[in-house]
Amino acid sequence: MIDNTQSFQFFNRGPSPAVRLVFFAVLSLLLLFVDARYRYLESTRNALSVLVSPIQRLATLPGMLWQQAGDFLTMQRSLVEDNQALHQQHERDAAQLSQLQALQQENQQLRNLLALAQRSEFTAQLAEIVYAERDVFKRRVLINKGANDNVRIGQVVMDDIGIVGQITRVYPWLSAVTLITEKDHAVPVQVLRNGLRTIVFGAGDTSQLSLRYMPVSSDIQIGDMLVTSGIDGVYPPGIPVARVERIERDPAYPFARITCLPVAGVDSHRHLLILSGLPELPEPPMEQAVAAKPDKGKSKRKVPETH
Amino acid sequence: MPYSDSTSQQIQRPVSNTFIVLSVLAALLLNGLPWEGIWLMLRPDFVAVVLLYWCTYKPQRVGIGLSWAVGIFADVADASLFGQHALAYTLLAFGGVILHRRLQMFDLRQQTTQVFGIFVLTYAVYALVHWQVDGYMVWAFFLGCLTSTLLWAPLSITLQAMRQMRMDRDRI
Repeated sequence: MIDNTQSFQFFNRGPSPAVRLVFFAVLSLLLLFVDARYRYLESTRNALSVLVSPIQRLATLPGMLWQQAGDFLTMQRSLVEDNQALHQQHERDAAQLSQLQALQQENQQLRNLLALAQRSEFTAQLAEIVYAERDVFKRRVLINKGANDNVRIGQVVMDDIGIVGQITRVYPWLSAVTLITEKDHAVPVQVLRNGLRTIVFGAGDTSQLSLRYMPVSSDIQIGDMLVTSGIDGVYPPGIPVARVERIERDPAYPFARITCLPVAGVDSHRHLLILSGLPELPEPPMEQAVAAKPDKGKSKRKVPETH
Repeated sequence: MPYSDSTSQQIQRPVSNTFIVLSVLAALLLNGLPWEGIWLMLRPDFVAVVLLYWCTYKPQRVGIGLSWAVGIFADVADASLFGQHALAYTLLAFGGVILHRRLQMFDLRQQTTQVFGIFVLTYAVYALVHWQVDGYMVWAFFLGCLTSTLLWAPLSITLQAMRQMRMDRDRI
């Protein structure tokens, strides 16, 4: 019954729970403020993540075992069918690729003739999703390439079809990819059909995207493909992002409500490509340089709020 | 003592620090399993339940400071902001430490109603921080405090039984 004699204070037990509560709550709030505002604590986070990572690795084991068991039990027939389908796909792709190369040559020549800047090629790095972030509020995945593989914050991640997201946090062996469906994540896009420039935003709670600031009269149709415009200097141009799914034009509002679905398997794939070697854009004029510098993804979010 | 039942007899048995640490690590592991979609919404916060259990039954060993430290680790594991889990778990531990004598008197059904309030507070603090920083709310997140409350009874029984088992083994 020694446990129940706390009220008598015969023994020195240190500060009371209320004092401790205030102390640790203030400490937490301070950390929150510093982390949210200044991001000074990344090195501490990296150090602690080394301690936590064994537990995280252990936690991914059951899923991996399940997958491996599934792989092991795959029927030979389905493998043969898969192989055949892939071969056919490959032949089709090869034909298209040779066409594309011819077009590329032609494009290069034309651009030379017109003295336009060349579109630069980008290289890609293959990465595998380790796990999806276990936070209801966020749409993020962690992939198995980190600072040791020269992954940097801000790099674009895509799958074989289109844009999946952007790297927002880099650990030594892991990095976090914020998906384009994350709330308020913005991607500058162009309508493929008519070159209309706009910005597509993530919806957050569903796997949808929306175009927010399109006038009711704008020329956009259901089924329009949205590709990256590339004028932001973060996303390379011409990569598919989303397809317009639904348009509500209500004359009572200045803007149309446009819902899009991402073309990439944002929630489904295991393997992703990290794009690197994007072209350096020329420096913006001095007075804007300060505003544009910190975290390009973030400064972009601020833009539409001024409308 | 009319309120004490059979479980409160076991409360006074000693617990090794290793067992406490292992249980918290196991809870971190369970939180870290690849939960997705609706399962993520329904996932109870194992760490919170385990911490509350120890704060209730061993308030001298597991208190606000330790809960805060575990919260920092949870923040790193979840890549949330530093202090977000820590703040929530600090409040949780405070609730547990303040109410520990009352909770020890109660049977499991009464305890469940009491811990529900603590969990709602914990989840609300976590969500509030998120709302302040990112400016939106996912209401389905609060489903987690229901499942955490439901987990309280089975987890208390399990941990109680495991402590008992360890005691018996130590005696042999």
